Amino acid sequence: MSENEVKDPRIDGIKTKIRVVPDFPKKGIMFQDITTLLLDPKAFKDTIDLFVERYRHMNISVVAGIEARGFIFGAPIALAIGAKFVPLRKPKKLPGEIIFEEYELEYGSDRLEMHVEAVDSGDRALVVDDLIATGGTLCAAMNLLRRVGAEVVECACVIELPELNGRERLEGKPLYVLVEYR
Amino acid sequence: MFAVENGLQGDPRLKAISDAIRVVPHFPKTGIMFQDITTLLLDPVAFKHVVDIFVDRYKHMNISLVAGVEARGFIFGPPIALAIGAKFVPLRKPGKLPGRVLSEEYELEYGSDRLEMSVEAVKSDERALIIDDLVATGGTLSASINLLERAGAEVVECACVVGLPKFKGQCKLKGKPLYVLVEPREFDDITLYN
Repeated sequence: MSENEVKDPRIDGIKTKIRVVPDFPKKGIMFQDITTLLLDPKAFKDTIDLFVERYRHMNISVVAGIEARGFIFGAPIALAIGAKFVPLRKPKKLPGEIIFEEYELEYGSDRLEMHVEAVDSGDRALVVDDLIATGGTLCAAMNLLRRVGAEVVECACVIELPELNGRERLEGKPLYVLVEYR
Repeated sequence: MFAVENGLQGDPRLKAISDAIRVVPHFPKTGIMFQDITTLLLDPVAFKHVVDIFVDRYKHMNISLVAGVEARGFIFGPPIALAIGAKFVPLRKPGKLPGRVLSEEYELEYGSDRLEMSVEAVKSDERALIIDDLVATGGTLSASINLLERAGAEVVECACVVGLPKFKGQCKLKGKPLYVLVEPREFDDITLYN
């Protein structure tokens, strides 16, 4: 969203429901806790509605949700717009044939996996997670989708931490967020 | 109790749901016929049937809280919660939830695991529904029931997409009714070509 856009009145209600927990999971991190948003049915519905209103006419055939909080927002969006829901998971959870992408953590690395048969070329994909920080996980998610030939239309998150410049990791792919935390 | 025992006998949606589930033999280890619901999620019509059947059942039962077990319960729980106007409460692996949590241990085949819930998630007089994709031993659901009851909620029912046949009839889990849509699929030649 840009400064010139009029902010949807539902956004403030959503922002106030997100709880910031200092020093979790470790000192120095201001954790953006969306579970408090999920405790408010109206604010949770507003969150989903805002995404659905944006994507319902964009011919999205796949909503890819990043484990685990991306499942909470991605699945309702997929249902509402009639798209397939594809879970992008931690290692060894998916039983079928998979491809994986590694991504960097602060210390070490992790992997994201996807079923190869879930998505193919011709799919227009939306990637959903609760939050974008450095963009590492979203970047891995986009790579998985692109490797099977899908077009990543946009990444969607409830929250962005703009100071971590995650947007730049998305290599020009658009990012849509509801709330920024500075 | 299975859906077919409760008025949904012959409902074509149940067959569509069952057909959309893929059986993966010997995952995560030999002997386990894994019921893979990811193929159901690739079928928007069948996925919607699952949510619609649960919503039809629960929308007039005054459910104020839907608790979903990490992680596949996070896929089915939120759409149900949204449709019936209830809050959604994630029941999570250890260390993921910030703030004060209740923790409940449960048995695995080898060893044990823990499930956590935020203490602030439950107010007084909550009527709760617990959701997971599948029930086998009932260990995870039992731990979930314990968490909600320890926080003071009343667990109205547990609901799963897939459940072992032993949960037919009035079979209860820790005294709580269980509602299941379909039995596990068998691995056969048809599944190979699905």
